[in-house]
Amino acid sequence: MAEAFSVVGKSLTKPDAYAKVSGQTKFADDLSLPRMLFGRILRSPYPHARVLRVDTSAARELPGVLAVLTGDDLPVKFGILPVSQDEEALAREKVRYVGDPIAAVAATDEWIADEALGLIDVQFTELPHAMSIQEALAAQGEPIHGSSNVHKAVALEFGDTDAAMRVAEYVREDTVFFEGNTHLPMEQHAAVAQYAADGKLTLWTSSQTPHYVHRALGKVLELPMSRIRVIATPNGGGFGGKSDIFSHELVAAKFAMATGRPVKITLTREEVFYAHRGRHPVLMKVKTGFTRGGRITAMQFQSFLDGGGYGSYGVASTYYTGALQATTYAIPRYRFEAVRLFTNKPPCGPKRGHGTPQPRFALEIHFDKAAEELGVDPVELRRRNLPAPDSRTVNWLRITSCGLEDCINKVVDGSGFLRRRTSMPKGRGLGFAVSSYLSGAGTAIYWNDMPHSEVQLKLDRNGGVLLLCGAIDIGQGSDHILAAIVAEVLGVALDDIQLSTGDTDLTPIDLGSYSSRVTFMAGNAAKAAAESVRDRLFRAVANALHCDAADLTARDHRIYRSDRPADGLTFAQAVQRAEAQGGVVTGSGSYTPPNLAGPYKGSGVGPSPAYSYSAAVVEVDCDLKTGEVKVPEVWIAHDVGRAINPMLVIGQVEGSVYMALGEALMEEQTFRLGLHKFPSLLEYKSPTALEAPVMHTYLVETIDREGPFGAKEAGQGPLLPVIPAVANAVYDALRIRIDEIPITPEKVLKALNERDKRVGPKSVPTFSFPPLIKAEVPEEWKGK
Amino acid sequence: MSIADKVEVRLRVNGEDTAIMVLPYKTLLEVLREDLGLTGTKHGCELGECSTCGVLVDGKPFLSCLAMPLDLEGREVTTIEGMARGREPHPLQVAFAELGAAQCGYCTPAMLLTAKALLDREPRPSREMIKQALSGVLCRCTGYLKIFEAVELAASRGSDG
Repeated sequence: MAEAFSVVGKSLTKPDAYAKVSGQTKFADDLSLPRMLFGRILRSPYPHARVLRVDTSAARELPGVLAVLTGDDLPVKFGILPVSQDEEALAREKVRYVGDPIAAVAATDEWIADEALGLIDVQFTELPHAMSIQEALAAQGEPIHGSSNVHKAVALEFGDTDAAMRVAEYVREDTVFFEGNTHLPMEQHAAVAQYAADGKLTLWTSSQTPHYVHRALGKVLELPMSRIRVIATPNGGGFGGKSDIFSHELVAAKFAMATGRPVKITLTREEVFYAHRGRHPVLMKVKTGFTRGGRITAMQFQSFLDGGGYGSYGVASTYYTGALQATTYAIPRYRFEAVRLFTNKPPCGPKRGHGTPQPRFALEIHFDKAAEELGVDPVELRRRNLPAPDSRTVNWLRITSCGLEDCINKVVDGSGFLRRRTSMPKGRGLGFAVSSYLSGAGTAIYWNDMPHSEVQLKLDRNGGVLLLCGAIDIGQGSDHILAAIVAEVLGVALDDIQLSTGDTDLTPIDLGSYSSRVTFMAGNAAKAAAESVRDRLFRAVANALHCDAADLTARDHRIYRSDRPADGLTFAQAVQRAEAQGGVVTGSGSYTPPNLAGPYKGSGVGPSPAYSYSAAVVEVDCDLKTGEVKVPEVWIAHDVGRAINPMLVIGQVEGSVYMALGEALMEEQTFRLGLHKFPSLLEYKSPTALEAPVMHTYLVETIDREGPFGAKEAGQGPLLPVIPAVANAVYDALRIRIDEIPITPEKVLKALNERDKRVGPKSVPTFSFPPLIKAEVPEEWKGK
Repeated sequence: MSIADKVEVRLRVNGEDTAIMVLPYKTLLEVLREDLGLTGTKHGCELGECSTCGVLVDGKPFLSCLAMPLDLEGREVTTIEGMARGREPHPLQVAFAELGAAQCGYCTPAMLLTAKALLDREPRPSREMIKQALSGVLCRCTGYLKIFEAVELAASRGSDG
């Protein structure tokens, strides 16, 4: 009997693999155009200052300088979210962090551009700066924006949590801090702009979101979008860090328009740290009521986000710190309050897990502590609070497939967690945690009722298939997923598919490679496009074979009668038939997520057509003398719905575990006197090959009813449980609680010497959250 | 910048002798990418911290962002473009492709060349030796495991093909 699928589910080599291993992949900085100029950006040396005067006269006179721009040349404000249009390509009146762009030079080479930057004279008046949540709330001196450092404050409640807390038999409260960190893609951001004689602007940029860059260019440059083409180059690592609109993209475009020559701007490594948009530092308080049997009765969660100098994705990040608590655990009553504050640091935004690793850390160590006090093991406490498949959470998030229990079983059995953790030598320990994540945000960044992903196919007479999609491969393998889905439906091979992606002139819209949405959403669009083309081919073949189209199968480069496989045409013959009958063979498919938002303000963040689930067990080996924590082994299970390519899914899981361990143990974006402490790859510590643990990866397949071939996300979710599992393992090893990320040797030693054996925040600041929006509770949670 | 500021450099890159006029302060990384069009070698930090710019000089890993071309006259420079034998990819390249060891592909050229230097001196390295040899090359995508497995696969197939 033939296998169900010929491409889906197989660990095939991805279409861009050989370009990558031969160095032929062209990243943005690899592009070079005739007469190209090089741009450099002057950045603020102060964390908070008024810009009084920018004198560029000397820079303009330097031989080799073709153009100089200041804020007045690009006065239109922008921002990735419609509600946060607070950025300027070059600051006009005020700078808000060290590294905030002020002016730019385009010259015949980078050395001249650099020299010219030194000739720009800027007069500043320094303002008091706020570098933490507490300092931002103290609000000394002029606020960073407007009349207050509070960017966004939200307060939601689903059912009466106070009443539910009162009847709880055990209530626990914890205060936890997660320090900020950054994506650190190996490729620095780069953009090349060309303004052709016909008045068309083209921008090649290492962006995860070419469609949003396209919109922003139109707005800021005041050009019709039809005259702008954005081509996203393959990203040399994204992790969320290239999903915003960046100054250098707008400046390169403006330079090209000003000079009529191509202009390239590549950020230096130091500038990448200032571009940031990475993990928010978040201070959290979580309070949960349980029955004596360990069932959750209610949860109250507070987050304080340190947002940096601008809005960026911050409003979404703020809601995300409260959205997914209830997709992981069945919580009958839930209150969420959060505030995002402006600080004088590079703006924070979405990094792998966007706003959810911080609350996940808080929640999972909180549950570990609760389990101990309730006298149940930490695995059992999770089992007693599992969300049900095909259910709805108290905050109206719809769950379809849920493989969390399977994930738990896999890692607990694989690691021998329950048996081994009680019998390990001092300094060694095991920790456990679980999580869930989105398969794509259910709403677009800007409100519209159009599809989130679109795919077009064009077939040629020899059976080749051109696949056009706005999605962009950032290393996650999205090109492969799209090609595999189309190849499966049409019954052709992967290498029959040519991809053209991320090009706003050529490709239909995909909103971008963020929120773990591409496999699910662009994958569904690709499947729909392929099915529409296949239907047409089937009609042509049915006509030739005098049979019913419903009786045909497309497989192995043939379209044939399912009951008489010898009767059929080759795929190329089928295309020729269809083309002869109806002209060029094309097809398109779109995906629009169902409207899943609940009936309350703020319900747009959190809904996703499906949620992935993960569970992890981490083993640690702690050095009692130095405080160093090593991770020799990790067990991780991930409910991916269906693995379209298991090898690529495992690659995403392993990469997520790696990134999580970096965040858990060493990575931090911190500041001293307004300055970034570590804006270099040497000082910003990240794990090397030497730190790579042994990993046991288990893929759980729940075959989601709405995912393409049942697939859900894989790129972000597996990061989530690993960080708290490390903290829980450190507790198991040393009986100390590090309630603060990263878990550095200093903190371990400090905790060992503290009376309460703990390092972490003692309290959260006093803050008047807005009045609670009391949302209705879904029917199934009423009376519970 | 006038031609008078430039100096002649004779380099042997990927087995080809080349003589070019370059600004004397340009690094090997810049000369490879900008003057010789070998863009497979990547910028990462330009401070010698990440090894993304790694090439081989006389078969040994070398940070091109810290090297001055004038110092390398008479030595053999190998970049990713010189790793395949004609159209035949090196076994390491095949193994990296087959096992998904290149995700974004940005560190891949340096990772491959560094692995080649290891296999050239140690055809059957242990996992620990592979980890040590590659520890200077940062990768943010893979978690390194697929890279280790690909090096082991190539070694098992015989790296000299």
